[in-house]
This record gives sequence, structure tokens and C-alpha cells, in this order.
Amino acid sequence: MYSEKVMDHFNNPRNVGEIENASGVGTVGNAKCGDIMRMYLDIDENGIIQDCKFKTFGCGAAVATSSMATELVKGKTIQQALEVTNKAVMEALDGLPPVKVHCSLLAEEAIHAALWDYAEKNGIKIEGLSKPKSDISEGEEEEDY
Amino acid sequence: MKKIIYLDNAATTKTSPEVVEAMLPYFTEQYGNASAIYSIGSSNKEVISRARKDIADVLGAKENEIYFTAGGSESDNWALKATCEAYGAKGKHIITSKIEHHAILHTCEYLEKQGFEVTYVDVDEDGVIKMDDLKAAIRPDTILISVMFANNEIGTMQPIREIGALAHEHGILFHTDAVQAFGQVPINVDDLNIDMLSSSAHKLHGPKGIGFLYIRKGVKIRSFVHGGAQERKRRAGTENVPGIVGFAKAAKIAQETMEERRAKEIELRDYLIDRIMAEIPYTKLNGHRTNRLPNNANFSFQFIEGESMLILLDDKGICASSGSACTSGSLDPSHVLLAIGLPHEIAHGSLRLTLSEETTKEDIDFTVDQLKAIVERLRSMSPLYEDFIRRQGK
Repeated sequence: MYSEKVMDHFNNPRNVGEIENASGVGTVGNAKCGDIMRMYLDIDENGIIQDCKFKTFGCGAAVATSSMATELVKGKTIQQALEVTNKAVMEALDGLPPVKVHCSLLAEEAIHAALWDYAEKNGIKIEGLSKPKSDISEGEEEEDY
Repeated sequence: MKKIIYLDNAATTKTSPEVVEAMLPYFTEQYGNASAIYSIGSSNKEVISRARKDIADVLGAKENEIYFTAGGSESDNWALKATCEAYGAKGKHIITSKIEHHAILHTCEYLEKQGFEVTYVDVDEDGVIKMDDLKAAIRPDTILISVMFANNEIGTMQPIREIGALAHEHGILFHTDAVQAFGQVPINVDDLNIDMLSSSAHKLHGPKGIGFLYIRKGVKIRSFVHGGAQERKRRAGTENVPGIVGFAKAAKIAQETMEERRAKEIELRDYLIDRIMAEIPYTKLNGHRTNRLPNNANFSFQFIEGESMLILLDDKGICASSGSACTSGSLDPSHVLLAIGLPHEIAHGSLRLTLSEETTKEDIDFTVDQLKAIVERLRSMSPLYEDFIRRQGK
């Protein structure tokens, strides 16, 4: 069902984790449909993405697209990171099954959400970036079992 | 090849070697059409009749009440559609439950488009049908109640005898989808007030592509497939003799070994449940704790998603299934898990493990050990878990 690259990124995800005092953090998706991605960016004074980490709740494709997205934006400028589209993520993974295409959209949105957070924190405007729409509502309590 | 631990016996089972052996001659030597005059054909009439009797015996039914079909879905379709056709003049109302297999639910949706009304009765948090709601749903124009014997996902068994008694009190027919239960637990159609019952061979180590519908004598039910005179003119088509023989063999074996197998499976299942509940935190057991199929265990692991779990289990040679949206091919998780009241995110993290008599304690131990590591790994990458831990820390 999945390409070898997807399986590789799922089995050995790159850049899993959190960044303390990240320059920007974005969370997209919602638990209801089964995918949540959180992207952390560390951006230096020159606007270069020095580090990128992620955490994902979701299927194999969700994990793999998150992992690939972090690889694609690391070391890039903000403008270059904005060019990392869902299509780019999919191509880098040698494709996704049709029902999993939304996972790659989520990865693109997660990058945008993290950049938006960075822009807001720093009171700047990033050319070509609009407010990401699928931010999840924070503070939804889960029940414990 | 690495060892496979097959824990998806509710999806399908391995055809047992004895069953394959019983079937083989009917492919290669006794391949004749049972309607023929010559002996390699006509002798199969007797073979089919014996197989029908063997299966009827398991249910406490009569030979002429067993109608062979191509499987459980066909049997469910037939029971519902043909009942509506035959009894539609009497009434246009059907009652079923919210946790039926799609073979029932989608057939009901089809019948709704044909002008029938369907009431989908709720279940409680264990997945047991709410009897008061069922009673309240009965109307003068109710012609059929269809409630599954045991649920395919969470294993919960329904109060079949009571449902049947209630139906008969009101002159309503009672059908049960027993695809998961037949051969696993004792079923006597008279004792349990069953008028129609669906079953499929491949769930009990028989071949795929063969099932039956039990139809109590006296129930008016129309022909489902028109053509030849097979199956008392109710379901035309040249009989699947190897399948029928294989089904009868599997049913016989299931019946003979049931008591011992059930005891063994229940012991292993409970050991599995106890270990997982004790060793993996933030886990819920889905389905009734004890009143469930002997071989079924179903869990929800909070903060993680089912498909990821299945891929990592597969990597260790463990075959299982999940009710997550990703495995259902839609955006919604399993309707069964939602019906027992699970929130979406908990339903996404479900895992079903279904044992067979070949499952060993070593298999269970290996599975639990692997699962512990997998759940831990997926939680360590889950933003939901991160948030949860942060809230705990506050």
C-alpha cells in the first residue's frame, strides 16, 4: 500500500521531538478525523530554519509526511519553506495512496502554521503566508481510562 | 520466513487441513453437477444432503431449513430483502441495532429507499442492546427484528433468547447474523427463538465463498436467485459442492471441539486482557468484560492511532486489525466503537486481537511485549500525549 520511502520515514522518522523555546510552533488537524501534526521551528536571525521537529498523532502516511516535511524545510529560508507544498512532500515520498493525500496537505499546513506563529511572535509579516485555517482547538480534554 | 502470529481470526481463519482434504475429491474426481443423471454427478446430491444435515444438527435444525449461499453477506441480504418482499403487505417496519455488520446496515439503508422504515436500537457502553429501547421500538407494522448474535469488532454477545421471545410475543420474525458466533458458542435455534440465521464457513476454519441461511420451516421467504431448482428453488445456481463439503466438515469439527477450545481460548483471552490492562496505561477494554466471544479482545490505547500500530505490529509478524478511520477507508472510525460511546480520538486508537485454538501463551506474551514497546513509541511521538503529560505536570 505504501512506497518504500513512506515505510522508511514511518519506521525511522526523522526529527521527531520538541524544540524548547521554539521560534514558531504550529498544530494542525484534529483528533476527530484521526490526524494531528505539530511542527516546531528554530529560525535564526537571518531567517534560516536551523532546526525543525515534529510530533504526530496519525496513520503511517501522517507520520511519514511530517518526517519528510521537516527534512524539506531544514536549512531553508522562510521563503523556501513556504514553497514546500503538499505536492513536493508527496513527490519526495514517491507518492501516497489517494485516500492519504490529505496527510500531505496537513504537513504543508503544519509548516505554515509554525511560520505564522513565528511571524506573530515577532510582529512581522511573511509575504505570501495567510493565517492557517485548520488550527485545532486547544484545551480539549480527553477522558482517562 | 519470520514467524507469523495470526490474531485476526474474526477477519478470516486458516482453512484447516482436514477441511481441505475433505474438499479435494470434489474438485478433481467427483466434480459432476449434482443435477445430472450419471453417477459422478448424481452421487453429489447425497453428499450435499449429508452436509446439510451435518450443519442442521449443529443448530438443532432440520435438514430442509438450511439454504447454502455464497457467504454471510449474501445470507444477510437475503434474509432482510426477501422478508420485506414476502411480508411487506403486512407491514413496512424493521428493527435492528446500531452495531450490526455493514451487510445488515447497508441492506437496511437500501430497504429504506424502497419505502421501508428501520429503527436502529442503541446499545449500552458494553455493546449490549438496550432491551427497553427494543421493546419500545416495536410497532403494529413491525415485520422483522434483526440483531447480531455476537459483534465482529468488540465480541459482545446479545441476549438472543430474550430478543427472539420478544419478537415472537408480537408475531414478528427474528433474524440473527451469527457469522462470528456459529461454531464458537453453542446455538440451538429452537431454544433461542431464532427464525433465520446467517453464517459463513471461513470464520470457522472452513473455505471462503460458502455460507448458509437457516430459514425456519413455515417462514415465507422468496427466492433470492432465480434459475434452477437448487436449494428448494430459493437460491438457484449449481451447488458449490467442495465448499458445501468443506463447510460441513468445518462445522462438525467446530462442534466436536467447541467445549475444550472455548475453555482454552477464554483462558488465553483473559490472560491477554489482564496483561494489557495491567501493563499499558491509559487503555480501555472495549466490549463486555466476560459476556463476549471466547476469542475476542478489543482495546483502545489513548493518544495513538490504529493504523500506525498495525504497521508496526506487522513488522513484528503480528496480524491484527483496528477500527480506526484509516483502516476503514473513510474519515470516520468504526460505527461500533462510536455506538458504545467512545469519542472519535479514542476510537481511532483501537486494536482488535482475535485468537484461534492454535494461539499459544508464548504468542500472547510476545504480542503484549511488542505492543507495549509500540504503544510507548507512538505515544512518544504523539502531540496528544505531549499535551496530556504537560497538563498532568501542572
